[in-house]
Amino acid sequence: MKVSVVVFPGTNCEMDTKYAYEKLNADVELVFHKNETLPNDTDLVVLPGGFSYGDYLRSAAIAKFSPIMKDVIRFANDGGKVLGICNGFQMLLEMGLLEGAMKRNSNVHFISKYHHLRVVNNENDFLQKLNIGDVLNIPIAHGEGNYFIDEKALDELYANNQVLLKYSDENGIDKNPNGSVDSIACICNKNKNVFGLMPHPERAIETLLGSNDGIKMLQGLMEG
Amino acid sequence: MENLEEVLKKHKLTMDEYENILKIMGREPNMLEIGIFSSMWSEHCSYKSSKKYLNGFPTKAPWVIQGPGENAGVIDIGDGMAAVFKMESHNHPSFIEPYQGAATGVGGILRDVFTMGARPVANMNALRFGNVTNSDDISKHQRYLVRGVVAGIGDYGNCMGVPTIGGETSFDESYNGNILVNAFTLGLAKTDEIFYGLAEGIGNPVVYVGSKTGRDGLGGAVMASDSFTEENKSLRPTVQVGDPFAEKLLLEACLELFKHDYIVGIQDMGAAGLTSSSFEMAGRSGSGMIMNLDKVPAREENMQPFEFMLSESQERMLICAKKGYEDKVLEIFRKWDLDAEVIGEVTNTGNMELFWHGERVADIPVLPVGEEAPIYDRPVARPAYLDEIANTTIDDFDKVANQEAFEKLFSSVEVADKAWIFEQYDSMVQTNTIKAPGSLDASCIRVKENGKALAMSSDCNPRYNYIDPKGGAAAAVIESGRNVAMTGARPLAITDCLNYGNPETPEIMWQFAEGCYGIKEACAKLTTPVVSGNVSLYNETNGVGIFPTPAIAMVGVNDDANKVLPSSFQNVGASLYLVGDTTSEFGGSLYMKELYGKVEGKLPNIDYDKELALWELIIEANKADVISAAKDVNVGGIAIALAKMSSVSGKGVTCNIDLNDSRDIFSESFSRAIVEVKNEVVFENMAKQLRLSITKIGKVEESGFTCNDVKADLEAMKNSYFNKFQEVIEQDI
Repeated sequence: MKVSVVVFPGTNCEMDTKYAYEKLNADVELVFHKNETLPNDTDLVVLPGGFSYGDYLRSAAIAKFSPIMKDVIRFANDGGKVLGICNGFQMLLEMGLLEGAMKRNSNVHFISKYHHLRVVNNENDFLQKLNIGDVLNIPIAHGEGNYFIDEKALDELYANNQVLLKYSDENGIDKNPNGSVDSIACICNKNKNVFGLMPHPERAIETLLGSNDGIKMLQGLMEG
Repeated sequence: MENLEEVLKKHKLTMDEYENILKIMGREPNMLEIGIFSSMWSEHCSYKSSKKYLNGFPTKAPWVIQGPGENAGVIDIGDGMAAVFKMESHNHPSFIEPYQGAATGVGGILRDVFTMGARPVANMNALRFGNVTNSDDISKHQRYLVRGVVAGIGDYGNCMGVPTIGGETSFDESYNGNILVNAFTLGLAKTDEIFYGLAEGIGNPVVYVGSKTGRDGLGGAVMASDSFTEENKSLRPTVQVGDPFAEKLLLEACLELFKHDYIVGIQDMGAAGLTSSSFEMAGRSGSGMIMNLDKVPAREENMQPFEFMLSESQERMLICAKKGYEDKVLEIFRKWDLDAEVIGEVTNTGNMELFWHGERVADIPVLPVGEEAPIYDRPVARPAYLDEIANTTIDDFDKVANQEAFEKLFSSVEVADKAWIFEQYDSMVQTNTIKAPGSLDASCIRVKENGKALAMSSDCNPRYNYIDPKGGAAAAVIESGRNVAMTGARPLAITDCLNYGNPETPEIMWQFAEGCYGIKEACAKLTTPVVSGNVSLYNETNGVGIFPTPAIAMVGVNDDANKVLPSSFQNVGASLYLVGDTTSEFGGSLYMKELYGKVEGKLPNIDYDKELALWELIIEANKADVISAAKDVNVGGIAIALAKMSSVSGKGVTCNIDLNDSRDIFSESFSRAIVEVKNEVVFENMAKQLRLSITKIGKVEESGFTCNDVKADLEAMKNSYFNKFQEVIEQDI
């Protein structure tokens, strides 16, 4: 299992992602954004969290112009698995690999805390090891995580089982920290090979730090 | 020189200092040279008022690798790893422009740490604001400052990917005209890969890296060496503008550089920019240096030599490379899209020679600028107010029922949870945070490289320092150490940030001197040396100075990251013990301030042996697995400590404490802790061995709060604790 984690200028979760996937026994390579191709044996591409290009202009707006991105798009279009976490999710939206857009959090502050999530759909690789209705406790840390999509497109997301996780309270009832449409925290594309979420599963792999609820998500993309 | 008097006044130099400059130079200095002396001899850079008292700080212990004098202090944390840390103030800029002032404060302290070869792994901050609760213009402005400072700290630290894991805040009218923003960074390095701010070796190239130089922050160090008055309100242009993205690139480039053997030394350009970095680097070896200022990357056109030398543009470093490796150095920084230019070289002249398009524009002997910097022995005088307030006790006022007192104290902004602040900071990036902000007492991270945990806590009670500048400073040291010990970590060393008023006022200078004596005494008795620090004077507006505020950040090591002790209740039914003695100590207490509006009275003496025994008990009992939580008792006394533990854990408590005076549940006697105990027999024995007095006071409950005659509903208490601060700060929005 080879995971390629792309490092942009301003990325700051690449080491955490590497640490997490290595704990799960994957082979992890950090790929600098100036490279034009992904390693040949890549099974999974992770676009990690951080502040690519300082998030100047708007979050993740500039990363799509990095040389590596052409090959990431090719990889995704060929059916390769791509996971975007936080800033990586914002990149996937900016590149059009996922639908919708991000706005500033409704309270206009950065929000860093543990937050509960409810599994809405598990008919995909990412959440295959979890059950619908499962409640997870995973850190969030973002200033622009207010997911927006128009109603028609939202209906299609639901119809195609592309809405995967929603923000909730500890009992699984919707609870919205940032103003996202329908409290959505995680979506995928139609082909179910590109996944984006604002919460950080790579920060939730050890109970020592408060939760290991992220393990099953990360493992999901290592299977099938 | 024409208009000499005016020139000196503008540069804040005295005639004596000018005479000394003439002697050092052997001729009349030109304007650029005067500007350089003015910066290097500013209070901010030279410590001229404080040096006399800083000398003699305990700075040594077997685990200290680097004490004060470098960019940051370094201690050995075992298995070839070192912790590099420092705290620094950015008070004046943050008052003028809260967002940028605070942001660049964080940027500056991060650079101080990573320039030593360490990757920053934890930030903390100590913030003091004026009154934020009223509806008047002063409070409104203070709330604006809180919002700006917090956003500035968050945006900078978050972008850097360094978790902000703790800190402290206090609010008092004395900060209405001067807020304090003290930022702390801790980094990790291998003990044999630490870099220093050194330039030596004739012919070795001097390399400038990072952002371009602009006109921002010109004269910032000189600005920070004066009080605020009506005339100097429009100082905004002297505040620097931060670019955390550039700093993140600079961090990664520097860490990549440090993996190779290409350089002799490196230093960040902080206060007084290129001037202080070049003089200090050359000064440490006694070398000379040539710099071609026209080679410095410029952000604006038509910049002049003095602007290059004195700009405080952010995110810049000066490097002394090894000859022949300059291209390798440039290559790394250019990979990260940063400016990098060779601007000069090390010489054997002992002079700093500055050139501008081939013309020599300044030539100053390096060593005398540091060695002959003025040291003042300013007049000191014990302030008269101390005698006026010393005998005040709470018996001088009408009695307040405990229930009413509890409600008032527990809903004060000082006690309330600060999630509104710390949730704006990424506290979990780097996946090491074991004890996060809001979990009471010290914060902890694990060290992936050696399986240990580092605990750190920043503390200072300004009220104690007002009524007793020496005892208050010592109390800050013992409290920060106690907080660290409560997590099971052994306190090892401190960094300090000494914030005081105008040193030209003898009473203020006395407060400062006493503060230093207090720190010396406490650090010596506790064997927790000072490894780095910073002094911020002139925190005064229109003649009103702040409370003396020596912020202390203690760092300690817990040998097992899996054994970090929490500070809130863990198990319903578990017994609670109070360790230490409670007497009626209300000098400078929250009780006196909140109920009677006074900051008066006396501080009790500190019993260092008892304090050390308390640390020992918690550390050893945690190792032996006989306790499950510990929290120190400080502001607001036992009642407030229990209420915080209850709110944070969501568990109730019933306690009955036998006291001489029923109000003593709010007493602030030193050297006490509340401990949740698993094995009572062993715990009691351990306490007895250490000759500590312990009392079983009650137990953890499912719900409900009872502390002697005070009762509260747990949900109502949580609601107040977790929402109060946001209600106060956002009342204008």
